[in-house]
Order: sequence, then structure tokens, then C-alpha cells
Amino acid sequence: MNNFAQAAKGLLLLEFLKAFWLSIKYMVAPKVTINYPYEKGPLSPRFRGEHALRRYPSGEERCIACKLCEAICPAQAITIEAEPREDGSRRTTRYDIDMTKCIYCGFCQEACPVDAIVEGPNFEFAAETRAELMYDKDKLLANGARWEREIAMNIAADAPYR
Amino acid sequence: MVEAFYNWIIQFFEIEQSAFIYFVSIVAMILVIVLPLLIAVAFAVYFDRKIWAAVQMRRGPNVVGPFGLLQSFADGLKLFLKETIIPSGANKVIFLMAPMITFTLALIAWAVIPFGEGMAIANLNVGILYVLAMSSLGVYGIIMSGWASNSRYAFLGAMRSAAQMVSYEVSIGFVLVCVLMAVGSLNLSDVVLAQEGGILDWYIWPFFPIYVIFFISTLAETNRPPFDLPEAEAELVAGYQVEYSSMAFALFFLGEYANILLMSAVMAILFFGGWYAPIEALDFIPGWIWLLAKTAFGFWMISMVKAFVPRYRYDQLMRLGWKVFLPISLFLVVAYAGLLIAFDKLPS
Repeated sequence: MNNFAQAAKGLLLLEFLKAFWLSIKYMVAPKVTINYPYEKGPLSPRFRGEHALRRYPSGEERCIACKLCEAICPAQAITIEAEPREDGSRRTTRYDIDMTKCIYCGFCQEACPVDAIVEGPNFEFAAETRAELMYDKDKLLANGARWEREIAMNIAADAPYR
Repeated sequence: MVEAFYNWIIQFFEIEQSAFIYFVSIVAMILVIVLPLLIAVAFAVYFDRKIWAAVQMRRGPNVVGPFGLLQSFADGLKLFLKETIIPSGANKVIFLMAPMITFTLALIAWAVIPFGEGMAIANLNVGILYVLAMSSLGVYGIIMSGWASNSRYAFLGAMRSAAQMVSYEVSIGFVLVCVLMAVGSLNLSDVVLAQEGGILDWYIWPFFPIYVIFFISTLAETNRPPFDLPEAEAELVAGYQVEYSSMAFALFFLGEYANILLMSAVMAILFFGGWYAPIEALDFIPGWIWLLAKTAFGFWMISMVKAFVPRYRYDQLMRLGWKVFLPISLFLVVAYAGLLIAFDKLPS
């Protein structure tokens, strides 16, 4: 009897019809995906995206060339050269990040004593050539200028948990 | 249709009858069918993708053109601009001929499809046999491509495809016999004329079991899921298409979708009353629009199936074809023949 019921079920395509009805229901259901390039999903304040070098509100660079980020970088993507400026403060003359090596672990921003190097919320920095992903100091400072508002907000939002 | 156009040319330009003008009018009629068909195929691919996306609650292509409508044309342009790669071990002539054969066969079957009363390029008296023959010949394109590619994956895909198309053709044949017994003619126009009237006169109601078998066999015949074993991505990469690139691939792709549309159109003609409106109040809408709508409905169903079925295993496919569909369709032939005699509905 059981076999007979099974055969009848298969012959009448019950499962198939159920699946058809289900997929019709889902076809008219609201979409769960977002219309990505035009609308974007929420990001955590801790999101680790493209790097940026920040400045103080006075316009002075934060980075003091302590090289902690260079030392902790597990992918050895950061290269720093430094020498004293005319006023005697130690500053970087070169601050390069090889974005093709970077693993976006966030250790550099953890190591930084002055919140100079940070990973901002930007993740859309795909480039057409490899050379464009070798970031130098100018590029990183420009990123800092561009994303300062979001970065400052993210750091403030995350501060209570640190 | 060709005759009418030919006579119209003769009268309009006031020229003498000649074989050349007749030839020109045939070519013109072919273009009238084929160009809209190719555009329809492009949109069919788009709607296919949109339907799967909708079932999976995604958005589908929506960037190229309004609502992404031009996506297929962008893809076509991309394929057109790509390099045609011919594997060094391939048999070049057969390798290049296979996609052309597939594509051509997918197109020429449309010659007998009646888009309205008397609106077929060739009003063949053996129209259904012609459609069956052309869709059977489609196996050759696939076998040739699989053989000429000189690749294991392509060859396995071609073998599977050949076996599958041959097996399901048998049950499609029996299914058609049932309908033809009721119509009394092999002419596709006659099949539609036999369903004259409203939605209740369509063959879908008396022949529902036949329709189900035809629908499932159509999926197998056009290599659609759950029977898309020839191109099973998981084990065969892309089956017989694996070595093809550029326009050769595009021809396969177009041919495949033209075949799906063809089978949808045949389904509309056999079971959904072809060019007739579902209720007589809607008769003012031209017949070819009704045929188009019914074809689109058939295509929608075929497309939906892809969204929710898993792929069959090869032995399951063969078992279903030979051990389930063949006996059932044979039984249905006998049963319908008996019913037609019992109710005295045989066409004289």
C-alpha cells in the first residue's frame, strides 16, 4: 500500500506542483537583495577598509614615524622612512602601503599611538592597474582628507568599547 | 503567406511574374520571421534570468538599459568581440559547422509555425512531423560539436545529450499521436482550427495528461533543467559547449533558446489553441499576439522549472524516459484511441 501511495504521489507530480506553487509565491515576494551600486548596506564602525593617514584639526600630520605599524604588519605591506623636520619633530619622508599585500587585519591602526593610520569605511577602491594599488604618503593623506568625517565618527562610535 | 506576399508585390509594382520575384518574396518572409525571432530570443534570455532571479528573490540584470532590458544585447556584443578559439586537436571543419547546424535547425523549424490563419511560411501538410524531424536533427549539431572538440567533457556531454534527446523524442512522438488522432491532420494550422472557440475548446482540458508528458519531455528535449545533463556544470563544466568561444558559443546559445521558444510555440499550438483568443470578446486582438502571449506563458513555465528543480542523475533520467514515460504515453495512446471511438469523436 505504501509503495502504491508513493507511486501515485510521483505520478501525480505532487511534489513538483508544490514546488511550482512555492516558487510562484517567492517570485512575487519582495526582493531581499539591495540594488548595490545605487544603494549600500550598513557598515560597522569597526569596518576595516581602505587605509588613510589622518591629520590634527590644525592641519598637522598625526604620524610621528614611530614605525609601530611597519613592525606589526604581518604582511609587511608598510614601508616607512623618516628623518627630523626643520623644527626638530620626527616625521615620515615616505609612507608606502602595498595594498596588494595588505590583509586588512587592522593591526596597524591598533598599534598606532596617535590614531594616524586608520582603515576607513571605503571598500570601493578597485583599480585597473597594479601600480595604482601601491599607495604612497600623498595618496594616504588625500584619503585622510576625503574620509576624515566618517573616520572620526567611527572612532568616536567605537571609543566606549576600547 | 509567401503566395499572398508574392501576389501583392506583383500587383503593387505591376511587374510580370517571375521565379526571381518569388524567391525574393520567400527571402523577405523568412526575414519577417527570423529577425523578430532573434530579438525575441535575446529577450527570452533576459526574461529567463529575471524569472530565476525573482524566484530566488534577487533582482537579476538591471543595469544595462531600462530595467536591464538591453543586457542580452550587451552580452551578444561582448561575445561578438571575443576571439574565436579553435583547439589544436579539433577537427576544424566539423567544429565550426556544429554551432551553425544547431542554430540553423533551431530556426528552420519555425517555417511551419502558423502565426494566424494562413500565416505560416510553409503550410505543410506534415507540419508536426517536420517540427519533430528538425528537433531530432538538432542532436547532430551537439554530437558533431562533442566529437570535433576532441575533449572528454565535450564528448561525454554530447553522448548524454544524444541519448537523452533520442529517448524523450519517443514519448513526444506518442504524445503527438494522441493529439493528431483527435485532429485528423498533421497540419499545424488544422490542429489550431480544431480548437476553434474559447478557452474551453482548447486541447489542454481533454488532453491534460498528454500535456504534462509533453511539457516534461520538452524540458528533456531542449536540455533544460532538471534534464540539463549535457551541460552539467558540476561534472562536465559545460558539456558539449566547453571548447567553444565567441560567436560559435553564441550560436549554440541562440539555437538553444530558439529551440525552447519553438517548443513553447508548439505547446501553444497543440494545447492552448494557437492564435485563438481565450474568450470571444477578445477576438479583436490579432492572432499572432495571442500566439506570442501563449508562447511566453509556455516559456515562463519552462523557465520556472529551472528555478526549483535539482538536476537528475543520468540513470534516473534514462529510467524516467524508458520505464515511466514510454509505457504511460503508450497506454495513453490506446486509452485516447478507445475514448475517441467510444464517444464517436473521431474526425471523419
